[in-house]
Amino acid sequence: MTARPPEARISPLYRALGDRLFAGAVLALCLLIIGIVVLIGWQLAANGSRAFAAFGLLGFLGGTTWDPVANVFGAWPFILGTLITSFAALALAFFPALAVAIFAVEYAPRWLGSALQYALELLASLPSVIYGLWGLLVLAPVLRGVEQAVVGWAVEREADWLAQILGAPIGIGMANAVLVLAVMIIPYAASLAKDSIALVPNTQREAAYGLGATKWEVIRMAVLPYARGGILAGVILGFTRALGETMAVVMVIGNNKNLPFTVFGSATTIPSAIVNEFGEAQGLQLSSLLALGFILFILSGAMNLLAAWIVQRMSVEGRL
Amino acid sequence: METNLDKLSQGEQGSLDPSLPKPRMETRALGVHYGQKVGVANVTLPIYANKVTALIGPSGCGKTTFLRALNRMHDLTPIARVEGEALLDGKNIYAPGTDPVEVRRKIGMVFQKPNPFPTLTIYDNVVAGLRLLGVRRKDVLDEAAERSLAQAALWDEVKDRLRSPGMSLSGGQQQRLCIARALAVQPEVLLMDEPTSALDPISTQAIEDLMTDLKNHVTIAIVTHNMQQAARVSDFTAYFLLGELIEFGPTNQLFTNPKDPRTEAYITGRFG
Amino acid sequence: MSAWTAEGNLRRRRWWNRAVLVLLVLGSLIVVAPLGLVLGAVLVKGIAAINLALFLEPFRPVDEGGGGLAHAIVGTLLMNLLALLIGGVLGLAGGILLSEYPDHPVNPTLRIISDLLNGLPALLKGLVIYTLVVIPSGQFSGYAGALALALIMVPIVLRSTEGVLKLVPWSVREAGLALGLPRWRVILSLVLPAATSGVITGLMLGFARAAGEAAPLYFTAGGSQLLTFNLGQQVESLALSIYKYAGEPSPLRQEQAWAASLVLTVLVLVASLLARWATRRWMN
Repeated sequence: MTARPPEARISPLYRALGDRLFAGAVLALCLLIIGIVVLIGWQLAANGSRAFAAFGLLGFLGGTTWDPVANVFGAWPFILGTLITSFAALALAFFPALAVAIFAVEYAPRWLGSALQYALELLASLPSVIYGLWGLLVLAPVLRGVEQAVVGWAVEREADWLAQILGAPIGIGMANAVLVLAVMIIPYAASLAKDSIALVPNTQREAAYGLGATKWEVIRMAVLPYARGGILAGVILGFTRALGETMAVVMVIGNNKNLPFTVFGSATTIPSAIVNEFGEAQGLQLSSLLALGFILFILSGAMNLLAAWIVQRMSVEGRL
Repeated sequence: METNLDKLSQGEQGSLDPSLPKPRMETRALGVHYGQKVGVANVTLPIYANKVTALIGPSGCGKTTFLRALNRMHDLTPIARVEGEALLDGKNIYAPGTDPVEVRRKIGMVFQKPNPFPTLTIYDNVVAGLRLLGVRRKDVLDEAAERSLAQAALWDEVKDRLRSPGMSLSGGQQQRLCIARALAVQPEVLLMDEPTSALDPISTQAIEDLMTDLKNHVTIAIVTHNMQQAARVSDFTAYFLLGELIEFGPTNQLFTNPKDPRTEAYITGRFG
Repeated sequence: MSAWTAEGNLRRRRWWNRAVLVLLVLGSLIVVAPLGLVLGAVLVKGIAAINLALFLEPFRPVDEGGGGLAHAIVGTLLMNLLALLIGGVLGLAGGILLSEYPDHPVNPTLRIISDLLNGLPALLKGLVIYTLVVIPSGQFSGYAGALALALIMVPIVLRSTEGVLKLVPWSVREAGLALGLPRWRVILSLVLPAATSGVITGLMLGFARAAGEAAPLYFTAGGSQLLTFNLGQQVESLALSIYKYAGEPSPLRQEQAWAASLVLTVLVLVASLLARWATRRWMN
């Protein structure tokens, strides 16, 4: 038995080979993640391409008829419904979300601030089916009463045009979906806004106080401009969440794909179309649903990139 | 002990040159507590008009705490409690019904680290305080911007790029921008909290030079951990130790002939 | 200089200051009120509807007593556990690459992709798993469901892993490398253990997010009325049950939907409490 040099007894794994294997495995898994996302986009585009081919890109995007019997599919009602509900929800949610964020950081005593934060986090993580359930079983009956009163008032005034814009007061539909979405977005946008407000250094607040600013002026001049990147990004991410929100909307929007949409009446969105029609969909209809999915993919992807860009571009740190 | 201190500072006041104007600011038994902890206690001190008063002492001695009490910055710290009086032109800024917002307008502040508003331009930083006061007229704002930037010895360096972001300046320029911002609202007193501690020697010198000129426009109180700086720029010096005012007097007297052995120990470098 | 009279100006600003505070409090109340209503409804209606049988019995038709949610609870847990395994490994790998190999050329892409994946509607993740797994295999399955849920977890775990690994001081790594340990050993034996609680936080947050998702499972797990431990078959989840039962006219089903909501909320709450607890433990 010849004495081996000590190096030979060390497993090759403890030398360069081990490191290379480990880095290789980690890299492979990461490439897998990247691959999956690319594949998601590719799958939706490739499977949806039949619909784009059959109706033309603009024909599909702008088509207002969705008729599985006649095999004619246009995406416009769904795109429109998605955009209207998301924008309206955002408009409703923005100021309350910002208000609660400012209040929690700048005004509330410590215990109240952390209680608010805890509540917001809990509500942001509450599953969307639960919001849908609430919208359907709790909100809808109440809303129906309100809507009937409003429509009744319009009819009494013989304001037919108003009654037509308002639509059928059945409690489920556009108004319900917007309310539920707004309630869902608020905790999300508020926690992001709160985080970026809390990151504003105290020296900034002191700078404004030192000039003789009132509390609100300090917030307006030192806090909000400093935090604007994070606040805006939170808003966009909230909007993205509303765009892709599925179950809560499906449950309360009434799923009506015939234009025109009304304020109270039922409507539809891209996600709800996919969920509703997916069961019996085949051939061109399935392809059209996947094409809808692709539109959603592009929309939410663009929004995410926009949010990332804004954080980088608008945030104070990003400019330093 | 407390009465001794009272006598001490009163005595100082009496022995000073009678030609001195009345103090612009004055504290009477001023103290700041954080919960149970005493930040600074029982300080009676004059701050003379158009003079530089330096507050020195080892770190943790309460000099910054005291300075921040002079424009009610402690209102922002929930656990801080202020007792005693701080008079500006004979009126107690802690008197009930006094608006801290108004107090801080009259008593400006410059902080340890330059803190310009990062989203604003150089110009907008300078006139930020005036805009708060409701000044909208462009000629008034322009004039104030030029005047205060000139007073802060920054005008020549930035007059061609007033619209570039305040953060594009160097650290020393940023600090002078902050000084200009504080001067723009024409405060009566300017409080400076270690304004050069984050700066390089050249910028430090620029700001020290500036203080000598600024005295003509404004009364200055400066906290510094740097004794040489106090000796260079100030007319009066107050020495703090462990939350107490130990000694106050004209700077050259305090540095050459301190009355209290603790002051002597500090300025001769035996500790601190 | 008569453009501003100091007194009037100050009075106006004080007024604004107070008006804004009132607005902020009102806005906060507007936020808190509906959120309280949702949570309150889940608590009140859920507690009223909950009983032991819900946990022990699987689905039964309404005229046979309606059964319980055991099949959905089992399905939720099984699919999420498998998803945690898959999503955990992928997310961990991503986090390790971003923090331990900070100069790797893939990193910028990986970061963007992870953000994209995080913001991608869960529905689309399910839809793609449907075209990739369900159609080729010819059936809905719990495995497909777990894959879709894993896609939801990956970016969450990835981000949180990267965050905590970056907080481990470089000196720890240098100490290990100076002992002659290879890099992989340093990462696995020194860096990761130091960040365990942080990684657990990520996993729990991922679980909390995925456990409540119904949309992706609708296209992948397919839902079921049977109690099964076999993920090769169609599987039910609590979120799917809530969706289905909410629309049923039977009051019993609606009660079960509320009960399922309560169970799901508690699950999510426990997961986020665990995440919080792990973070706090790690910070100390």
